[in-house]
Amino acid sequence: MLEKNLTVELKTGLQARPAALFVQEANRFSADVFLEKDGKKVNAKSIMGIMSLAVGSGSKVTIVTDGKDEEEALKALEKYITTAE
Amino acid sequence: MANVHIKDLIDEFRLELVHGERGIHRTISTSDISRPGLEMAGYFAYYPADRLQLLGKTELSFVNGLDERIRRERLRKLCREQTPGIIISRGWEVPPELGEAAEEMGLPILRSQLTTTRLSSRLTNYLESKLAPTTAVHGVLVDIYGIGVLITGASGVGKSETALELVKRGHRLVADDSVEIRQEDEKTLVGSPPDLIQHLLEIRGLGIINVMTLFGAGAIRNFKKIALTIHLETWNQNKTYDRLGLDEETMKIIDCELPRLTVPVRPGRNLAVIIEVAAMNFRLKRMGVNAAQQFSDKLNNVIDTPDYDDF
Repeated sequence: MLEKNLTVELKTGLQARPAALFVQEANRFSADVFLEKDGKKVNAKSIMGIMSLAVGSGSKVTIVTDGKDEEEALKALEKYITTAE
Repeated sequence: MANVHIKDLIDEFRLELVHGERGIHRTISTSDISRPGLEMAGYFAYYPADRLQLLGKTELSFVNGLDERIRRERLRKLCREQTPGIIISRGWEVPPELGEAAEEMGLPILRSQLTTTRLSSRLTNYLESKLAPTTAVHGVLVDIYGIGVLITGASGVGKSETALELVKRGHRLVADDSVEIRQEDEKTLVGSPPDLIQHLLEIRGLGIINVMTLFGAGAIRNFKKIALTIHLETWNQNKTYDRLGLDEETMKIIDCELPRLTVPVRPGRNLAVIIEVAAMNFRLKRMGVNAAQQFSDKLNNVIDTPDYDDF
């Protein structure tokens, strides 16, 4: 299991469209992926869960990955939310 | 775990802050309330200092009858570093010795006009609901014939689609995808949706739909006690699924064990009907009718009767 604390740098934060892309990215991996914000942890493969967190730009989140391709999953998702774009 | 601050209590119960303003950010971490009666009589061996202390008519009139030196000593002993606060009920005067000690320590002394018992029960209720342990679970919560059924399973297994079918059949959606669960007491788990996504359902290919505006107010609920969990998983050839229904599997959420059924998913299996029947069967079992058990007893009876096939 891997865990990483990050600050969201994506300018728009995880609004509906970026959230959908984030979830799509998470679903490419077989590892279980979770996103945690303010002590609330949700499955990163579920769009409603991600949107219920209302992740804005600058918020502190934790990505947790667990499974065969956990490293790749963590890397890809980290890249997605820490790229300002 | 959530914490309640003295300030929240002041706002909620409109308490008067008499002393110790420095301490209004002290936190209350237990819902138990202590009425330090024996402590006032000098017995401090089991003084629960970490609880909110409530002084009523009995305690105060006893204290006021004490010798001044002893009163000062005992009231001072009541004020500890870990004590969140002291509440005086019925609008009684705060003994000056207590006020002094509280000011020194920055311990808030609050006053309410309510009677002690009333205040005590309202405080307990408030603290219990605020301090209840909570968690979030990935799944869908539906109210089926009055039974709160939590459907879990991997992403894409068809939880939301099943929920949609259940709503179409007249059942009620509580939460889709992310269910916030709060343990109200030892045996009660109550699930509710996160505010932002309540009434919504996400169906692959359709996107986000609003169940309340589509199906009406009768199709949703804002919270529901969870009684049963159903785990959906893609059919695994190497796994044996329950064929009898004699054994009950359970799943632990917070400190509560919930009955759990594992239902394999395969094209052609109508999950909504299966889950609907599972809920009905669960109700029936709770009413004392267990079909699997009855059948098994009957079978045992026949096996144990050697001359059964003699006629």
